Amino acid sequence: MIPLHWYLLVAAGMFALGVYGVLARRNMVAIIMSIELMLNAVNINLVAFWRYMAPENLNGQAFAIFVFTVAAAEAAVGLALIISIYRARETVVAKEIDMLKW
Amino acid sequence: MENIGLIAFLIPASPLLAFFIILLFTRHSKLASDIVAMVAILFTWVLAGILLYLALTTPHLGEEPLTAGLVWLPLGDAVTDSLRMGVLVDPLGAVMLFFVPLTATMIFIYSTGYMASGSYWTEVTGEGDHDAVDTAGRKLKKFDATAWKARFMAFIALFAGAMLILSLADNLLLLFVGWEIMGLCSYLLIGFWHNRVYANQPKRITPMLAGIKAFMTTRVGDMPMLVGIAWLYSFTGTLNFREILYNPEVLEGLNVLAFPNVPALAGVTVAGAIGILLFMGAIGKSAQFPLHTWLPDAMEGPTPVSAMIHAATMVSAGVYMIIRMFPLMSAGWDGHALTLPMQVMASVGAFTALFAATIAVAQCDVKKVLAYSTISQLGYMVAAVGIGAYVAAAFHLMTHAIFKALLFMGSGSIIHAVEHGEEHAHHHGHHFPIDFDAQDMFNMGGLWKRIPVTAWTFLIGGLALSGFPFVTAGFWSKDEILADAFAHNPTVFWVLAAAAFLTAFYTMRQIGLTFAGEPRTHAAEEATQTDWRMNLPLVVLAFFAVFAGYVGVHEGFPVLGKLLGGNFFHHFVGSTLLKEPEALAFSWAPVLLSIGIALSGLLIGWLVYVRRPLQAEDEDPLKKVLGPIYTLLENKYYFDELYDLIFVRPSKWVSEQIVYLLLDKQIIDGFLHFVARFFEWLAFRNKDFDTYVVNGLGDSVAEGIGKTSDSFKYVQSGRIQQYMAIAIAGVLMLVGVFVWALFLR
Repeated sequence: MIPLHWYLLVAAGMFALGVYGVLARRNMVAIIMSIELMLNAVNINLVAFWRYMAPENLNGQAFAIFVFTVAAAEAAVGLALIISIYRARETVVAKEIDMLKW
Repeated sequence: MENIGLIAFLIPASPLLAFFIILLFTRHSKLASDIVAMVAILFTWVLAGILLYLALTTPHLGEEPLTAGLVWLPLGDAVTDSLRMGVLVDPLGAVMLFFVPLTATMIFIYSTGYMASGSYWTEVTGEGDHDAVDTAGRKLKKFDATAWKARFMAFIALFAGAMLILSLADNLLLLFVGWEIMGLCSYLLIGFWHNRVYANQPKRITPMLAGIKAFMTTRVGDMPMLVGIAWLYSFTGTLNFREILYNPEVLEGLNVLAFPNVPALAGVTVAGAIGILLFMGAIGKSAQFPLHTWLPDAMEGPTPVSAMIHAATMVSAGVYMIIRMFPLMSAGWDGHALTLPMQVMASVGAFTALFAATIAVAQCDVKKVLAYSTISQLGYMVAAVGIGAYVAAAFHLMTHAIFKALLFMGSGSIIHAVEHGEEHAHHHGHHFPIDFDAQDMFNMGGLWKRIPVTAWTFLIGGLALSGFPFVTAGFWSKDEILADAFAHNPTVFWVLAAAAFLTAFYTMRQIGLTFAGEPRTHAAEEATQTDWRMNLPLVVLAFFAVFAGYVGVHEGFPVLGKLLGGNFFHHFVGSTLLKEPEALAFSWAPVLLSIGIALSGLLIGWLVYVRRPLQAEDEDPLKKVLGPIYTLLENKYYFDELYDLIFVRPSKWVSEQIVYLLLDKQIIDGFLHFVARFFEWLAFRNKDFDTYVVNGLGDSVAEGIGKTSDSFKYVQSGRIQQYMAIAIAGVLMLVGVFVWALFLR
């Protein structure tokens, strides 16, 4: 059986990729995709810990399902916002959307 | 018997309620106020009658009086230490319950009539229009004496409520509450016509000043009384009458030396000291020497007030209190040697009785004569308590209240009649000086035919006051005091006998000057009095002034003694005490002496003033006989002037010179001004401090915050990836700290 830390390493790698993407990508759609990456990294962790540490109850799976749900909702809202910003300002570059300041 | 509490509490509550109703709601309507007050007092009278009936039909009322009570002021241990508010109807209380509501009701009826007309002078200040100018240069205006009738009814209702509280109280503190409310009412009512001035007599005391005088003088007596009450409470732990006075152990316990370490006061017991302190209260309230001066001036009040407060009820309260406290006053009395308070009471009472009677002989004012006569008669009662004639004092208290209320209302009726006569004569073209005095007996004469109801009832009252034998109440009660004094204390007897002689004489003088002969002025000639509200009470009280005495006729008195059921009053009231006082054996000597004295006084008065009545402009024949003594008596032994000199002026001087000019103006004001100047100086010196330091500090704080915010605003860039980076950096830092703290340290 594959040891637990392999899963954790994959998840950590995915999370790091996600963080990098959020901080470094210019396109807002890509930032949202990076956020999804981080969420799925967390999901891997949750399911892996559940399977290896406490398979007798369903906490881990239940958490993972909650995360999917929130991620889906967040993606829907986020994409809707991006489209609406694009219509207004004809750009999806995060750096250029900086009106909310002093 | 649980209804007794309710009835007894309602008796004083009803007039008190009337007081509030009149003041709050009906004060603008004289008629409505009359009705409210009358309904209240009649209700009280009926209730008092019921309670009196219950008391009289209770066997052994002395041992088992009617009581009810509730905890009033919880203190310490709730059962034993609390001050209770309760009612007590024992035989002595039943006596009060008989004559207080009776006289009060009569006086209420009388007041509705008396206060319905009249006028007096007031001073106009400034530019107002005026009717006359007097010799002192004051502008005077007639003022309607009926203007404040509603307020008058309210005050007498409050007064009646307070007197009933006092009569029904079962403890000394509640008694004192009633006592003080009456003191207040007395002030309010004496000064009722507070804007009155007397034309051409700028020095004469006005109602306002008389009210202040009465209040201050009685206060002198009330302070020691309060001290006595406090002492009694701290010594016995209770103020309840029954627990102290009907309790041999407590009385025995009070009979210990009060000041064992002070040689000058070696023989004084606690009971004696408290008794003296309480008696001082009675000296003030019952106007005994040396605090008697307020009562004659209290005649400045409307006449129903004089009748009610200064004859029938309030001044009786002092005597009632010492009768009530008699077991305390006489604690340790073996029937022979008088205790200290008794000695004091006997001397003060007897002296006052004679002293006031001599002054009454030379007064011209119809009410002043009665005022001094009241002082004198109260002296009788005080002396009676002093020599241990407990029942006789209570008896005289009752009869005196009735006939003196009658006499006062009679005098009010006379004054009213003369005032009306003055008005009528004025309409018929007769002119009167602006200082015409309707109360001066030398302006009267010949009123017998003008106001027959007043005349007859006044004659009955006067004979009762003189002790006219057999047919008047005053004879029986006065005779009982004299008989007791004759048997126990000859000195007191002869002093009281002399006073009795003078009483008979001045009463006849008064009747002669007012009613006999021909009218001496046009006002007296046209005097009329037809108001039934003023005549009815006179008739009712005259009835009692004759018949109230028959309840206390001595058993041994020939014929009447047996006929009237063997001295009911003595046995009834005597049972208030632990040990019923022995009735004296009947003896002819004092009876014959007192009859002789009364008749000779009346005879001499008749010879001088009735047989040959005074003509207009005649002088008082006494003036020739007594010479300078007459002047001395007319001026009341100059006691007012003396007190003015030793008390009033020094205290005025101290308040003016020391308190006002020195203490207030110089020291207190000076200090305040100094403080103010100091700070003013300090403030001026510190203007720069304020401008630069205080303002600078305030401004720099505000500016500093503004500048800091200005430089921090660039953090807010609006670029979310920057925010995110900072957040992650923060998270990493926290993680670093966490890891370091948990694992690496």
